[in-house]
Amino acid sequence: MYGFEAMTFNIHGGYLEAIVRGHRSGLLTAADYNNLCQCETLDDIKMHLTATEYGPYLQNEPSPLHTTTIVEKCTLKLVDEYKHMLCQATEPLSTFLEYITYGHMIDNVVLIVTGTLHERDVQELLEKCHPLGMFDSIATLAVAQNMRELYRLVLVDTPLAPYFSECITSEDLDDMNIEIMRNTLYKAYLEDFYRFCQKLGGATAEIMSDLLAFEADRRAVNITINSIGTELTRDDRRKLYSSFGLLYPYGHEELAVCEDIDQVRGVMEKYPPYQSIFSKLSYGESQMLDKAFYEEEVKRLCLSFEQQFHYGVFFAYMRLKEQEIRNLMWISECVAQNQKSRVHDSVVFIF
Amino acid sequence: MDLMRSEKMTLVQLIIPVESAHRAVSYLGELGLLQFRDLNDDKSPFQRTFVNQVKRCAEMSRKLRFFKDQIHKAGLLSSALPTLQPDVDLEALETQLAEHEHELIEMNANSEKLQQTYNELLEFKIVLQKAGVFLVSSKGYENAEGRELDDSVYPSDYPESASLLEQATQSGSSISSGLRFISGIILKSKVLLFERMLFRATRGNLLFNQASADDLIMDPVSSELVEKTVFVVFFSGEQAKTKVLKICEAFGANCYPVPEDLTKQTQITQEVLSRLSELETTLDVGIRHRNAALHSIGFHLTIWMNMVKREKAVFDTLNMLNFDVTKKCLVGEGWCPIFAKPQIQEALQRATHDSNSQVGIIFHVMDTVESPPTYFRTNTFTNAYQEIVDAYGVAKYQEANPAVYTVITFPFLFAVMFGDWGHGICLLLGALILIAREGKLSSQKLGSFMEMLFGGRYVLLLMSIFSIYCGLIYNEFFSVPFHIFGDSAYKCRDKSCRDAYTIGYIKYRDAYPFGVDPSWRGSRSELPFLNSLKMKMSILFGVAQMNLGIILSYFNSIFFNNSLDIRYQFVPQMIFLNSLFGYLSLLIIVKWCTGSQADLYHVMIYMFLSPFDDLGENELFWGQRPLQILLLLSALVAVPWMLFPKPFILRKLHTERFQGRAYGILRSSELDADSEPGSARQHVEFNFSEVFVHQMIHSIEFVLGSVSNTASYLRLWALSLAHSELSTVFYEKVLLLAWGYENFLIRMVGLAVFAFATAFILLMMETLSAFLHALRLHWVEFQNKFYAGDGYKFKPFSFAALADDED
Repeated sequence: MYGFEAMTFNIHGGYLEAIVRGHRSGLLTAADYNNLCQCETLDDIKMHLTATEYGPYLQNEPSPLHTTTIVEKCTLKLVDEYKHMLCQATEPLSTFLEYITYGHMIDNVVLIVTGTLHERDVQELLEKCHPLGMFDSIATLAVAQNMRELYRLVLVDTPLAPYFSECITSEDLDDMNIEIMRNTLYKAYLEDFYRFCQKLGGATAEIMSDLLAFEADRRAVNITINSIGTELTRDDRRKLYSSFGLLYPYGHEELAVCEDIDQVRGVMEKYPPYQSIFSKLSYGESQMLDKAFYEEEVKRLCLSFEQQFHYGVFFAYMRLKEQEIRNLMWISECVAQNQKSRVHDSVVFIF
Repeated sequence: MDLMRSEKMTLVQLIIPVESAHRAVSYLGELGLLQFRDLNDDKSPFQRTFVNQVKRCAEMSRKLRFFKDQIHKAGLLSSALPTLQPDVDLEALETQLAEHEHELIEMNANSEKLQQTYNELLEFKIVLQKAGVFLVSSKGYENAEGRELDDSVYPSDYPESASLLEQATQSGSSISSGLRFISGIILKSKVLLFERMLFRATRGNLLFNQASADDLIMDPVSSELVEKTVFVVFFSGEQAKTKVLKICEAFGANCYPVPEDLTKQTQITQEVLSRLSELETTLDVGIRHRNAALHSIGFHLTIWMNMVKREKAVFDTLNMLNFDVTKKCLVGEGWCPIFAKPQIQEALQRATHDSNSQVGIIFHVMDTVESPPTYFRTNTFTNAYQEIVDAYGVAKYQEANPAVYTVITFPFLFAVMFGDWGHGICLLLGALILIAREGKLSSQKLGSFMEMLFGGRYVLLLMSIFSIYCGLIYNEFFSVPFHIFGDSAYKCRDKSCRDAYTIGYIKYRDAYPFGVDPSWRGSRSELPFLNSLKMKMSILFGVAQMNLGIILSYFNSIFFNNSLDIRYQFVPQMIFLNSLFGYLSLLIIVKWCTGSQADLYHVMIYMFLSPFDDLGENELFWGQRPLQILLLLSALVAVPWMLFPKPFILRKLHTERFQGRAYGILRSSELDADSEPGSARQHVEFNFSEVFVHQMIHSIEFVLGSVSNTASYLRLWALSLAHSELSTVFYEKVLLLAWGYENFLIRMVGLAVFAFATAFILLMMETLSAFLHALRLHWVEFQNKFYAGDGYKFKPFSFAALADDED
């Protein structure tokens, strides 16, 4: 039905699209970031933020402020907005919105499992979890000893259950296993999300497949770089790549055999969209890769707002807001630790 | 005459010594007649001079909000007596607030601790009561075998007991390690999940008993009462125990040990109960103490909040000022009305005097080319009308203000559409109620709808009075005609005369003295007669109002010394409108006065189509044909007159000015620029085509507009027709129909429907629609003749406005 969304989209999605576009215009602008980067103390940051959309969330915080409070309150705002939208949404938008949070759920599961492995307090771990990825029985994760139990006890109730089919083993949990589990889950999640968007069709499918493909490719590169020098075999590595995206399938074959960062670079530069990312980096450098990917992602997310009548804007907004919170966290950390010279290192301007 | 044009404003500069700056600004805030300009526009909020003070104020208002929240939570009403407090110093207030906050937080922490222990005991009590029942009942199945209690926090091993085992484990298999149990309490909403999770974790080898607790338990975080459920889990095995405990922890279930022994149980219950009552008294004392503290805070809270808000506003304003070179003075710029200059000067002197400053505050007028803000001094009556005009656009500085005329024309045009003196009286009662309770209503917070109604109470008053007047003219009282001003001038010749179109009634006495003769009502020619009357009337009103608009543009041109606009805009516009529609109005009046039967459509249409033909029976007065030809010609001339000369003359003037400056005065103009750097020279590029297109659009708009606007005034007729027909329908088809039955019930139902329809459809919907149409007639048809509406409002720095903001 491509091209005909305009006739019916607004029946169910019009209100929420208006809401999300309204939220988007509340995102901090380059001028805001410039002002924020000039702040001397966290109080200055608070003062500046109270003049923005974050005002009501920060104004009641007592004055010696911590970075965590700022981040917490900003995240709270995001969560409130998300919950509001989810309440208002009807099918299939509500499912789409729920899909957005699964990534956080995977991260939270991994966080708790790793934490309990290292015998950290569960309550403490729960505080670190992203509020978007919370589910009822998340605290129970600490009970499980191996993957099978993890699945049988807790995750079978969650939307993540279907993604688990590939990693049910009776092996005891260790760091390596958990990391593999994270990536397997993520792979299954992305593929599922991709299929869901394809099923929605229209502009949503077109835009989301582009955004998800980028996400999948970025994960593939990250997996490759992180697994260099570990005992992960090539086949295992290839199993973790999602089966779509620009790199699929030939790029994956080449990535699977990479031995160092420059080989990865060689593979990626064959793909024009990624050429520009890697051309910014000098050889052998992987530090700035994250930022380069983030910048590219933000650019793509912003572009999705140029088209109307599709669900991609919700995904894009959530991602942009998360990026904004990351930015705020970085700026506040720099200010708090007197490292103002490094403030520009990791801030990605959204507009 | 204050409202005719906005107040004369002037840009002033203040040079204030630092020591008296704060006082001066707060005095100005009390006066509320000076609008400061932000001279630090380029600086971000935290780079400004008084940022620390602003931060402190924000911190204080945070504390005050905290107090307010606490008072609200404690369910106390802040009985704010407006006691005049001796001027508290800001620093003193700050320390005072900090003390209060500290005290309050400490008290909260204490009571929270107490509350937590109290909760624990309460839960323990409930668990003891409920779980005890399970244990006792399960004991019945059991062999009478002695049993020992561990003193461990968590309950204890059972000796083997086969029957209980069979009870507890569904399979009844031979687990020989013994049976244990855990009892506790959990949020009711989590019970299901909890049970399922336990079931999975122990692979079904458990017995889960639950009972909902009778008392609600206060959640210490949100201080809400929540429902909880007591549970007892029986299971076997050491591994299962750790699992169950972990799950309990994960679900936030509180576990309490319940002794097996009945005597011990009662003993512990006793202990718990006594401790509970002890704690209760402690808690009560704590709460009373806290309430007393909150009460004393609540006493001053409003005053403090006002004060902090004022202080913050003062520092925000101070942040708009600039330091001068010596860093000893603050320089501020702002707009003030000219009449307020002595008051401001007086306030500034007072400030200098009160702060014992050696140096006075310098206050002087500056020249500027910038357009000053628009400021009307309105009162409660005119304010609503000014708002109606401002909603369209704020008047340009010193432009003729349509609000003056709107005061009368707006309610009047409304009433023309809403003419019914029965409905008018209902509206009047509503308006009078609002006005009578003005003092009470203005102090309290109203809903958005009531607020709108209350704000427009004087509009409503005039609207209803005019509706009564127009209703008397239309002779309609809930659509029923009355013989108020004597008897009808007509009487029936024979029985069938009500159905006759032309000649039925005969006039036998003088015309009905005021308004429409009641005999028209119900006759066959009622509609044609009323339509013709109302249609013509609307055109007369329309032409009159549009003429007023054009005349106002004349006064605007005179005021701004723009003779070009008078000659090439005002004059041709007057000629064009009046030669067509002014002539029509003339014809209408002549026809009314002479009682002629000429067809005005015909006259108007053939005036264009064949102006030289003989008018025949449609001639209303001598010399009509030559007059029509003259009018037509002048209308034709008026169009190019308003289109062409103005842009060409403007271009000529521009080139002349430019040429004059090109050689001789170059040097002096440079000097000028140096001497007044602030004033932007208006070297605007003259773009002829743009000016010409603009003029063309303007002229076309006027020419087409005079036709369409006149037609637009016909809505007066249409709406008044709709209103009267609608009320007739409700009266005849509902009320009279129901009254035709003898049945009391039917009559009551009919009356109810009629009352409902009158109240909601006629009084609310029709009022709204007539209001909107009157609004449109003013905004579009009237104001587009003269009103630019591109000014901006005067927003003085004022504490009074600050207090309004919060509500």
